[in-house]
Amino acid sequence: MTLAYPLSRRRFLKVSGVAAGAATVAASASGLLRAAAPERERGLRRVPTFCDICFWKCGAIASVRDGALWKIEGNPLDPLSQGRLCPRGTGGVGAHFDTDRVKAPLMRQGAKGGEKWAEVTWDEALTFIASKMQMIKAEHGPESIALFSHGLGGTFLKHTLKAFGTPNITAPSFAQCRGPRDVGFNLTFGEEVGSPERTDIRNAQCLVLIGSHLGENMHNTQVQEFAEAVGAGASIIVVDPRFSVAASKAKFYLPIKPGADLALLLAWMNTLVTEGLHDKDYVAHFGFGFEAFAAEIAPFTPEWAYPETGIGPEVIRETAREMARHRPATLVHPGRHATWYGDDAQRSRAIALLNALLGSWGRKGGFYAPSSMDVPSYPYPPYPVSALGKVDNPGRRYPFATETITTGIREATITGKPYPVKGWFAYATNLIQALPNEEETIKAIQNLDLLVVVDVIGSELAGWADVILPEATYLERYDELNVELFRQSFVALRQPVIEPPNDQKPNWWIARELAMKLGLEAYYPWKDIEEYLNRRLTSAGLSFETLKEKGIVLGPSQPLFFEEGAEATFPTPSGKIEFYSTQLKAAGFDPVPKFRRPKAGPAGSFRLLFGRAPVHSFGRTQTNPILHDMMSENEVWVNTNAAGRYGFKSGDRVRLKNQDGVVSLPVKVRATEAIRGDCVYLVHGFGHTSKMLRRALGRGASDAQLVTRYETDALMGGTGMNVNFVTLEAEV
Amino acid sequence: MFELVSTRHNPMIDPGLHVWGYEIPLYLFLGGFVAGIMVLFGVALFRGREAQRFSVYSDLPLVGLVCLSLGMLALFLDLEHKLHVWRLYVTFEPWSPMSWGAWILLLVYPVLLAGVLLSPPAPALWFVPGLEKLSSRWKADRSKVRWLGVASVASGIALGIYTGILLSSLGARPLWSSALLGPLFLVSGLSAGAAFAHLTAKDPKESEGLARADNAFLIAELALIALFLIGLMSAGEAQAQAAGLLLGGPFTAAFWTLVVGVGIVTPLVIQTLVLTHRIVHTRVAPLLVLLGGLALRFVVVYAGQYSHWPRG
Amino acid sequence: MARLGMVIDTRKCVGCMDCVVACKTENSVPEGFNRDWITQKLTGSFPTLSLEIRSERCNHCDNPPCVSCCPTGASHVHDYGAVVLVDDKECIGCKACLASCPYDARFIHPGGYADKCTFCIHRVEKGLDPACVSVCPTRCMHFGDLDDPQSEVSRLLTSRRNHSLLPEAGTHPRIFYLT
Repeated sequence: MTLAYPLSRRRFLKVSGVAAGAATVAASASGLLRAAAPERERGLRRVPTFCDICFWKCGAIASVRDGALWKIEGNPLDPLSQGRLCPRGTGGVGAHFDTDRVKAPLMRQGAKGGEKWAEVTWDEALTFIASKMQMIKAEHGPESIALFSHGLGGTFLKHTLKAFGTPNITAPSFAQCRGPRDVGFNLTFGEEVGSPERTDIRNAQCLVLIGSHLGENMHNTQVQEFAEAVGAGASIIVVDPRFSVAASKAKFYLPIKPGADLALLLAWMNTLVTEGLHDKDYVAHFGFGFEAFAAEIAPFTPEWAYPETGIGPEVIRETAREMARHRPATLVHPGRHATWYGDDAQRSRAIALLNALLGSWGRKGGFYAPSSMDVPSYPYPPYPVSALGKVDNPGRRYPFATETITTGIREATITGKPYPVKGWFAYATNLIQALPNEEETIKAIQNLDLLVVVDVIGSELAGWADVILPEATYLERYDELNVELFRQSFVALRQPVIEPPNDQKPNWWIARELAMKLGLEAYYPWKDIEEYLNRRLTSAGLSFETLKEKGIVLGPSQPLFFEEGAEATFPTPSGKIEFYSTQLKAAGFDPVPKFRRPKAGPAGSFRLLFGRAPVHSFGRTQTNPILHDMMSENEVWVNTNAAGRYGFKSGDRVRLKNQDGVVSLPVKVRATEAIRGDCVYLVHGFGHTSKMLRRALGRGASDAQLVTRYETDALMGGTGMNVNFVTLEAEV
Repeated sequence: MFELVSTRHNPMIDPGLHVWGYEIPLYLFLGGFVAGIMVLFGVALFRGREAQRFSVYSDLPLVGLVCLSLGMLALFLDLEHKLHVWRLYVTFEPWSPMSWGAWILLLVYPVLLAGVLLSPPAPALWFVPGLEKLSSRWKADRSKVRWLGVASVASGIALGIYTGILLSSLGARPLWSSALLGPLFLVSGLSAGAAFAHLTAKDPKESEGLARADNAFLIAELALIALFLIGLMSAGEAQAQAAGLLLGGPFTAAFWTLVVGVGIVTPLVIQTLVLTHRIVHTRVAPLLVLLGGLALRFVVVYAGQYSHWPRG
Repeated sequence: MARLGMVIDTRKCVGCMDCVVACKTENSVPEGFNRDWITQKLTGSFPTLSLEIRSERCNHCDNPPCVSCCPTGASHVHDYGAVVLVDDKECIGCKACLASCPYDARFIHPGGYADKCTFCIHRVEKGLDPACVSVCPTRCMHFGDLDDPQSEVSRLLTSRRNHSLLPEAGTHPRIFYLT
């Protein structure tokens, strides 16, 4: 990494003396950069922007010292970060310095997946892509190009591809992540939880976390509010097969058998209803089908749940009463990554129902009503309407899918049904690690005539690409505005802090240039992004200059809770909270969730669980020198006794072998008391095999590689991935 | 029982402290060895004219001068900021044994140099005119020789003890937190000095005397090691754990075989047998003593760094 | 005169390492080195466990062995706040201070001198908190004058149960952990 040695104190004070003046003058970054280009810039410059190390989009202020990027801190004006970034955000400067960045457009040489490249100009790369796209369009129609996009930065590429005529635009964040949760809540309340989640953790007096490992999972606002609740003495109940950091803060830790969460939820609801502890007024006022619901859950007593969950009936009752004691300020957290066992939408619906019984939806300490500012979209011509329609969910096989299913597109790419998919764009997502069953993904890729990867760094997916387009990092570009739907409405601007080090380009430029090559000039009436942003902001009555200076403009405050005047509307078929779902019944599903025991693994194997570490966002941050320095490899957590049975201790190197014979890279054992004996745990995002990720190559094991099996959620097409089992093999 | 996980990964610090490689043990050994030489030389000076034909009298100061320089070279090589070495000599830090050491080394040099001048090596006599005259004038002056003897013994003891105190002042390393480390290193240095003199002695009478003296030092060393370990075992949890490194841990084998077995017990037995004329005299015993002295510094420095306060 | 110290609430800390990252960028700590770090101590057996998470660094001891053992005076107690500092221009890199610290808080900077946490004295002298304290998303870290009974740190220490690290080493550390 290119960070310099620390300045001596005296020299530092001198520098910051100069800087104090400069800091107050938040000049236009690009303007200053251009002006200062011939001579080395002196002093300190602070530029407000917002983060892109994860998709939380926290407001930040970057500092440039003597022309070199120095540090990045939270923007105190920002309601998401409250002026404090998470470790990934603080380490975001490392993305700029990452020596594994793609430096120029690359075109594949030789066989697919051979990772042999030739550097080309942008013009060559984009001309090639455009001509391939036109060929695919001519043969199969524009729908045969799909875009997998993760995060706000994909906005302009989506625009170009929609203009080109494809409706097949998707993100793993639905079918591989939060989809089941949002569907489950939608079926119950008629609204989604959203991102950032509309959870009022800050005011919760009782917080229930089911597999959510806040604190390791570092979504900034959530963790800040979690710590606030812990500090305020909130009663925390954690359900997890692993003794997570959150579990260590809990009053009740329930070490549940993996996969039995729905049984526990049913028993909790049974206890609340049986003991009459639920919010009767709330249910009577807002609920639909409560009687039928009560009858459905009547058999699911704590005694029934005990053998399924391993949680004693008294503990189940005691925790249910604890929740009731604090209601409505009892928040049963909906989680985020919810694709576990294939019954995930129903489990999420059970979480929604439990919250409904506690009366926490729309209440302080439960779920608030988010709002956003009204910033009109840029007035573009209408997109062409696809005759074929979307490819991912033919015949609405998954009737409650609310977004496009990645794995549906993958399947269509393999089978050619309902119609062939011949081109993939991937923006900032490594589908090899994001989608289950790597083999299927590779099979699909082999059917493609064009695979374009737009990203800051390489990836396993990029290794298969025909063209890699290197994007400027968030610190080097303007981007789409963040018009956030949150507790407090606001608009935030991302603006360049520093020039990209090589021939990397911002996503808007890439998308616009590609559109030009495709003859879609009509869809790009603006010449550059500043014109675009200015137009959008002006149409909302906001000033671009103010945003450049402050980074964030707050909108008016709206009532957050029913008691404050937030409107209690439930856009479900009944217009009420659906304790009993007639639409599920009509579609042939359980109108009230039912528990089905997940399949057990082979004898002597461990269920493979995975999660997050606070210093990494999937694989995206693994080559960031600062974050790599924080955590350079993962370890496999194994219960001490279980490890001992196989003769392993902490620090031993093993390979994980799954039920289908897939073997991981070597990984260190963490023999610990902090996990059940029937499962093992890996932090996701490690175990890279791409030669482009030199810093991360071969470090730790990839859980994704071992997820060869998945259970598809029949409601919405989500892929439950906690259904794989591994054994440990000594690495010699 | 508990599990401790730390994210720290500093070179030389994690997973166990290892800031000093071969240089410091070598320096401590050479320092102790030179200390032993100086004490023996000083004592020889008191023995009067008859000692002048002994090699202790004539050869040791030069050996000491060379070894001390080598030791200081080792110390210098260990420094991470070598160009700043002069900063040792622009200050005196009364609480820092290392500062004391830096200055003691400067005091030791003139004493050793005076010893060399007392019986200069032949090449020096060739090159420096008038040296022979000076040296014989000094030799003839009993009071000068005696003062040199006093200075040599005193600075030898200071140097020997200092090599131990340097470590024992570092309270964060429980293995070193023993007041006996100074005397132990001094006695080990004396023993090494005697062994070396023994090795080079040409006079059988001198040789026998040195072997006898060496045996006494070795017995004292054994006693000090025993006391050192007993002291640690009874001092507290941290020290007892540290003693465990030598009594049933990663350094046990090296300690008992190299330091105690090879370096003390075996030569002690051999020299006793030689002195009682049961076996013939060889150079094996003194070589083993020197090896043992070096091993002692390595084991104490390496194990000591590794020792730490209970983590939790 | 102020005696600066830190009080860290282990109940709120989640061990996210933001303090470590912030120190890295603020002080340009070279890759592979840590001025601060996270220690997790897990006690008990599954599932009856307790976990203490601590953000650790130089304790800026009242009785700093690293200062007394320094042969050149490079390790010193700073006038402001009694913060323990190293003057890199005076350090010869003898490593005695590394060996003298029971917390193993020091390391040799690639520049050849002993380095460690400075309590961000360059920030503190301007009235700011150290970088680690200022970024902490859980707000579990508090910094101030331990000699001022009205300071937040002093009040937390009188109102909450706390401990320091290795008090038996006799160094009188100035970082305290609320439990």
